[in-house]
Amino acid sequence: MTYVLTGADRAIGGFGGLRSAITSLDPRMRIVVTVIYAITVVGLSDLRVLSGAMILSLWLLAISGLPFQKTLKRMAMMDTFIIFMLVLLPFTMPGTPIFTVWGISASWEGLWRAVEIGLTANAVILAVMTMVGSMEPVTMGHALFALKTPERLVHLMMFTIRYIDVLREEYQRLRTSMKLRGFRPGTNWHTYRSYGYLVGMMLVRAIERSERILAAMKCRGFSGRIVLLEQFRLTRSDRVFAAALCLALGALVWAEVLYAAA
Amino acid sequence: MHIVDGALSNPVVIGGAVAAVGGIAMGLKHLPLERIPAAGVLSASFFVASLIHVPIGPSSVHLILNGLAGLVLGWAAFPALFVGLLLQAVFFGFGGLTVLGVNTVNIALPAVIVGLLFRPLVSRGSALHGAIWGGIGGGVAIAATTLAVAVSLMLSGDEFTAAAKLVFVAHIPVMVIEGLLTGAAIYLARRVKPELFIDVKGGWA
Repeated sequence: MTYVLTGADRAIGGFGGLRSAITSLDPRMRIVVTVIYAITVVGLSDLRVLSGAMILSLWLLAISGLPFQKTLKRMAMMDTFIIFMLVLLPFTMPGTPIFTVWGISASWEGLWRAVEIGLTANAVILAVMTMVGSMEPVTMGHALFALKTPERLVHLMMFTIRYIDVLREEYQRLRTSMKLRGFRPGTNWHTYRSYGYLVGMMLVRAIERSERILAAMKCRGFSGRIVLLEQFRLTRSDRVFAAALCLALGALVWAEVLYAAA
Repeated sequence: MHIVDGALSNPVVIGGAVAAVGGIAMGLKHLPLERIPAAGVLSASFFVASLIHVPIGPSSVHLILNGLAGLVLGWAAFPALFVGLLLQAVFFGFGGLTVLGVNTVNIALPAVIVGLLFRPLVSRGSALHGAIWGGIGGGVAIAATTLAVAVSLMLSGDEFTAAAKLVFVAHIPVMVIEGLLTGAAIYLARRVKPELFIDVKGGWA
């Protein structure tokens, strides 16, 4: 089976096992820089500058060692969610008309706004996926803890990461047994009730599993501390990378200001 | 239901982030160490449930089940759903980073409200009685989430009003399905493991 979060065929050594320009950098630095990157790009609005940001994100993807096509496909999946909203924009925003269908006119302003949102959303999510999504999920948890995220929140996240795959296997077992009993989903009451029972059963089993986990943890003297398995260290290449990216962002902001003045 | 980066205005994004931090803090306060394994495993099961696609006519919808999450987890649903959204954004590319706060509030706040309002009704009476109230709660949670998404869009600009209205109308069948599923899930849970909804010492609410 493939694992839900890493998309790899093996639990460890998926994306996280990659050795590339980005994955060898300090995870804490990657998270902080990604947040700065996202906030900056969301603040940009000139289409030429946003295209620059998109190219920067694509470059990050290229050096991250993530599978190029697969990552872009995931990004495109997000676009299918928002395409509906973007297509509507030219028709709902007043401005210079491009063309008119059935008395409703599409405006250039709306079209540019839609392109702007599309570029921003894609540039940011691509950077997030390549800079943070290329980490092993557990490493992300540890890095967030090192960045002073509340301990309980990190614990909650670690449990979620750990049990997503376990529970998906359970879900697939339940689905298999439903299939064996001749269940075929359709638009009917029987289907919805069966899915409801499926979810209910998953919850019941999850609670029972969590009782066993708690007992096992108590047995081993769990006290609520997170033990960091690896010490994060900020090296010279981390500083160089962070500085280079901030410089690129600075250039984008500068271009934005220049274009706005022009 | 995810809103992406770049669509919302700054006040909405900042307001959402502040509200999300408050909600998460409140949720963590209601989460003693003893309950973290249960909350974590449930958070993971809601994550898996959101990957389930349920057929509706020729198309299909994926489940959100935030109402059910609120009914089971109470205030802890806030951090649990936040974790789910964070993982979805980082590893799947759904949603965005700066809008994480808004998305969390839109999904988790209805969950918590439904949990607080309907939980006493769900745990009382017969299993069928609980299932009916749970079903209503599940539908209400999705309706509230859709409304919250619409409001966040409309607060950001008039040009989104049409999209916001369409989002709401398009989600009416989803509300019905989520309601039915939540009701059925609660019916089963009440029959198989009644203590799930009975407040024991160190309970959720």
